[in-house]
Amino acid sequence: MRDIVDTSVTAIALSGLRKRFAKGDTTALDDVSLEVRAGEIFGIVGRSGAGKSTLIRTVNLLERPDAGRITVAGQDMLALDDAGLRAARRGIGMVFQHFNLHTRRTVAENIAFPLEVAGLPAAARRARIAEILPLVGLEGKRDAYPAQLSGGQKQRVGIARALASKPAILLCDEATSALDPETTQEILALIRGLRDRLDLTVLLITHEMGVVKAICDRVAVMENGRIIEQGRVFDVFTQPEQPTTRHFVAEVIGHSVPDSTLARLPAARAGDVRRIVQVIFAGPNSTRGVVSEASRYFGLDVNIISGRVDEIAGEPFGVMALGFYGPEAQVESGLNWMRSLGLKVTEIAK
Amino acid sequence: MTWLTPTMQDLLLEALWQTILMVGAGAAVAVAIGLPIALLLYVTGSEGLTPRPWLNKPLGLIVNATRSTPFIILMVAIVPFTRLVAGTSIGTGAAIVPLAIAATAFLARLFENALREVDPGVIEAARAMGATRLQIVTKVLVPEAMPGLIAATTVALVSLVGFSAMAGAIGGGGLGDLGIRFGYQRFMPEVMATVVLILILFVQGLQSLGDWLVRRVSNR
Repeated sequence: MRDIVDTSVTAIALSGLRKRFAKGDTTALDDVSLEVRAGEIFGIVGRSGAGKSTLIRTVNLLERPDAGRITVAGQDMLALDDAGLRAARRGIGMVFQHFNLHTRRTVAENIAFPLEVAGLPAAARRARIAEILPLVGLEGKRDAYPAQLSGGQKQRVGIARALASKPAILLCDEATSALDPETTQEILALIRGLRDRLDLTVLLITHEMGVVKAICDRVAVMENGRIIEQGRVFDVFTQPEQPTTRHFVAEVIGHSVPDSTLARLPAARAGDVRRIVQVIFAGPNSTRGVVSEASRYFGLDVNIISGRVDEIAGEPFGVMALGFYGPEAQVESGLNWMRSLGLKVTEIAK
Repeated sequence: MTWLTPTMQDLLLEALWQTILMVGAGAAVAVAIGLPIALLLYVTGSEGLTPRPWLNKPLGLIVNATRSTPFIILMVAIVPFTRLVAGTSIGTGAAIVPLAIAATAFLARLFENALREVDPGVIEAARAMGATRLQIVTKVLVPEAMPGLIAATTVALVSLVGFSAMAGAIGGGGLGDLGIRFGYQRFMPEVMATVVLILILFVQGLQSLGDWLVRRVSNR
């Protein structure tokens, strides 16, 4: 069988990856296949132990899979000899959770490391450092040591170092997991800005759905060494299929109404029913006055419990918690009508 | 201070010089041979850059065996080897051979521990950037471990001062030997006290120098 990989579109193609660790007898990767398109930011999200760390480390063969194929920029990584692999690795930048900077090298010397390794002369290294420092906002920190920097600044050095040898691909291994929320947003904005400016392809792993929501174009959800769901970030967020995905999505979208609030809501009148639902407004009908239409057409009382507008990957969507009151048949027809408009209606309570 | 005759002054100075010579030469050899052994132990270890159990296990065994042998016994046991290297089995020069061997084994383990202290993440990052194994060792491992390597050398130097006191057994001389011969065997407690005082100052000086160097290379 011949894989047809179009390098103009596919930056990273992983297929049928398997990896078992004898230690602890765990299956880290269980038949994982994935395609990352050139120029996109692809996120892999999962809990710790889901195998996402192992997966991203197979891309530059820090981890060798037991079986499968790894194609990066059209190159079959597993077919490379040592020298070929080193050359290929220079075309793949990597950023780490704990930065992994050399403590005894200054910022400039850290960034110079991949260039030194590649045998670039000192003058060319200096020129490249001067070019890249402003790109990551570290102009004044050229001669500082890592111990003198904040976490966010350290990660900026990590990113500058990863991009020093002008790779086309950037791997981010939990790049913001050791940072506070504000710094996380700064670093994510930096990564997205660099992707736009330098035409990078970014593959990142994270356990925070907020990271995916902030910068990813597409996302894959991992569990027990398998990819259980993947797609455009907007689709996965608004139409999660797997329970684990729903759980992750709930982290950032906000899912249910607190029990204490539910207890305070008025009960249905005799003969009527009550349905508390979450409605996600996305798609062409998301701007219609759906609530008042449902109320009028189906003769329902609607209690608005909460509501807000959010944005994923530049696309707006709304989330509301609503209480519907009325005769059972009317309520069900009303909810089904809303579903028929393409809104995502999930029952929270009766 | 009647005991501090010009002759005794000469004896003290000569002994100090012998101690410096034994400790200095022993340490120099130990660093030169101990570091390669430590690197070999580190890179061939089960978690190393190129695991080689068939090399790692025997090497570790030799290092341990040398370290387990009491110095006074090691000194006598390797007399034929000492004669081969130094041309004689007695005197300061001859004492340097067993001192260097004991310190090499000791330092190899201390160095190996210092190398293990290096953050594996930094090494992994270097691998991800396409560094060769040699580049990882010379540009990452050794520079990152430098504070630990210097601290280990300081510990070894101080231990060598202690070991060198036993060198008197094969005529190596030195301050420890002077203290035993005059302070103990000739009942001159003043000489013993002086020798101990000089040794304390000597060790303090080494430790302070080592600590200062560690601080200088730490960049923290």
